[in-house]
Amino acid sequence: MSGILAVENLSKTYGKVRAVDDISFEIAEGQCFGLLGPNGAGKTTTIEMMEGILAPSSGRALFRGRPIGPHFHERAGIQFQSTALQEFITVEETLKLFSALYATNRNLDEVIAICSLEDILKRDNRKLSGGQRQRLLLALAIVNDPEVVFLDEPTTGLDPQARRNFWALIEKIKAEGKTILLTTHYMDEAEVLCDEVAIMDHGHIIARDTPNGLLAENFDGVIVKLPWESGRPLPDGARAVDGGIEIPTEDVDAALHGLIHSGVHLAGLSIHAPDLEDLFLKLTGSSLRS
Amino acid sequence: MRKFLALMHARNMEFLRDRGTLFWNLLFPVFLVFGFAFAFSGRNDAVFTVGLVGEGGSEAGFWSEAYLEEVGYESVDEGLDKLRHHQLDMLVDFDAGQYYVNDQSAKGEAVESLFLASGAGLERRKVSGEPIRYVDWFVPGVIGMNMMFSCIFGVGWIIVRYRKNGVLKRLKATPVHAIEFISAQLVSRLIIVLLTAVVVYTGSNLFLGFMMQGSYLNLILLTAVATVCMIAFGLVFAARIRSEELANGLMNLVLWPMMAFSGVFFSLEGTPDVLQTVSRVFPLTHYIEASRAIMLDGADLAAVAPNLLVLAAATGLFLLASSLMFRWE
Repeated sequence: MSGILAVENLSKTYGKVRAVDDISFEIAEGQCFGLLGPNGAGKTTTIEMMEGILAPSSGRALFRGRPIGPHFHERAGIQFQSTALQEFITVEETLKLFSALYATNRNLDEVIAICSLEDILKRDNRKLSGGQRQRLLLALAIVNDPEVVFLDEPTTGLDPQARRNFWALIEKIKAEGKTILLTTHYMDEAEVLCDEVAIMDHGHIIARDTPNGLLAENFDGVIVKLPWESGRPLPDGARAVDGGIEIPTEDVDAALHGLIHSGVHLAGLSIHAPDLEDLFLKLTGSSLRS
Repeated sequence: MRKFLALMHARNMEFLRDRGTLFWNLLFPVFLVFGFAFAFSGRNDAVFTVGLVGEGGSEAGFWSEAYLEEVGYESVDEGLDKLRHHQLDMLVDFDAGQYYVNDQSAKGEAVESLFLASGAGLERRKVSGEPIRYVDWFVPGVIGMNMMFSCIFGVGWIIVRYRKNGVLKRLKATPVHAIEFISAQLVSRLIIVLLTAVVVYTGSNLFLGFMMQGSYLNLILLTAVATVCMIAFGLVFAARIRSEELANGLMNLVLWPMMAFSGVFFSLEGTPDVLQTVSRVFPLTHYIEASRAIMLDGADLAAVAPNLLVLAAATGLFLLASSLMFRWE
């Protein structure tokens, strides 16, 4: 294995439930690797085993080819899905506290600048908005100038504007050459940020490639989408989706001609290039958000 | 060391800025002390209390007066302690043919003249000692009780909350060791409790002028030892519990009996033996007993060594148990 991070035959069982089932992959240094999947797919369990927070039931997680050891946390930056911060202390004090916990420190002014925390330094942790809080948590994940950064669903619960702002911060960290492992259930997030993605479902990795590679492997052409009354027979090659039908096709002209020929109303029709959302639907047969 | 200091500083800030908790910690004991000082200040019984050792006296004369209350003692020393603290007005030792009065007690002087007028031919002995008011006796109890609540909730409950809301999990993802985290909590709370005790004591002392026969240094040392013991006790609760409600319930289950039967509000003398035996296992009993000995009897550290030893042993036991049981999550 040559990756900076790797897992080998990693499994985790809770009672009878196999949350993560014998997965193996590796992440090259400097990459932003996305672990995608719906809630309950096993993403958080996987990332927490790689962070050295959860002990695997079997298999192992490696950092630079070696099992995760006691010094791993000096070299890693971690942002959990939900973390409470100590109350009654300010953003600046929280940054100083976490800085003091590591042997290696990054200049705090740099960290503050990267995460745009200048305006809220004196604010009590209890009074942060969702986006401010995530920015602080990201800052805490980089105070030790880590080699790898783990981000577990960092934009869940943020409004669209805050999500896009947060992506910009991740881009900055990526630009510094740090390896990032990101879990998300937003496909657009993975398409924007990730060099490589693995799609997880029911504890397994069901596909893994670059976002474009995955799309090219699985789709030729575009998807025609059309409102459709439920119960009405579907045209050839169409599949029912929420509120309508989708027809994947390589030849848009032929598909549209076919529809017109069979007397279908084209009002509300849209054509779009397939994205990871479509890929997930295709691979698992179920919608990602459901 | 840097990690330890940073964690301790953060915890101190959290405490100082949490105004509700801060005022509760400072004002509640002051209210209690003043409340009790006021409640018991007007009590002045119209009777004389005389201690008796051995058999003697008669059914007539001085001994039959309605204003006289008699209390029997096994030994002279026991009675003399009470006499010194004005809990007795006079002590008569029939076995040795002597009687004792406290030369700082006006009531003692009064009852002595009545006693002499009745023609008793016993040898006069005197002792000295200032009166102990209830509040003098009560203040070590209040400080001990406040310490107990502050340690067990301020360490035990807070760590359970940190565990539940994920603060501990976040720290686990840093190079911090459990021992660094726990000792930071311990020292932070030790400083807070000692400062609180000093402020409460000094503040109330300005108005009430507590009796202090021993050394302040010894009292502070004793308080520090007892505080560490209580914090260690709190850590036992904090080691594993994930739910604040469960922690709260368990803590109250232990705290209330401890508060009731450690001699905070009333002396355990004269209570059933079972209760007295049980009270010996409570660390708070040993703190209150020893601090009263220092404040009221002028005991030195050697005199309260048994209490200190019990507190130290309990501390060791609690620390061992909590370190074996501790989980970040």
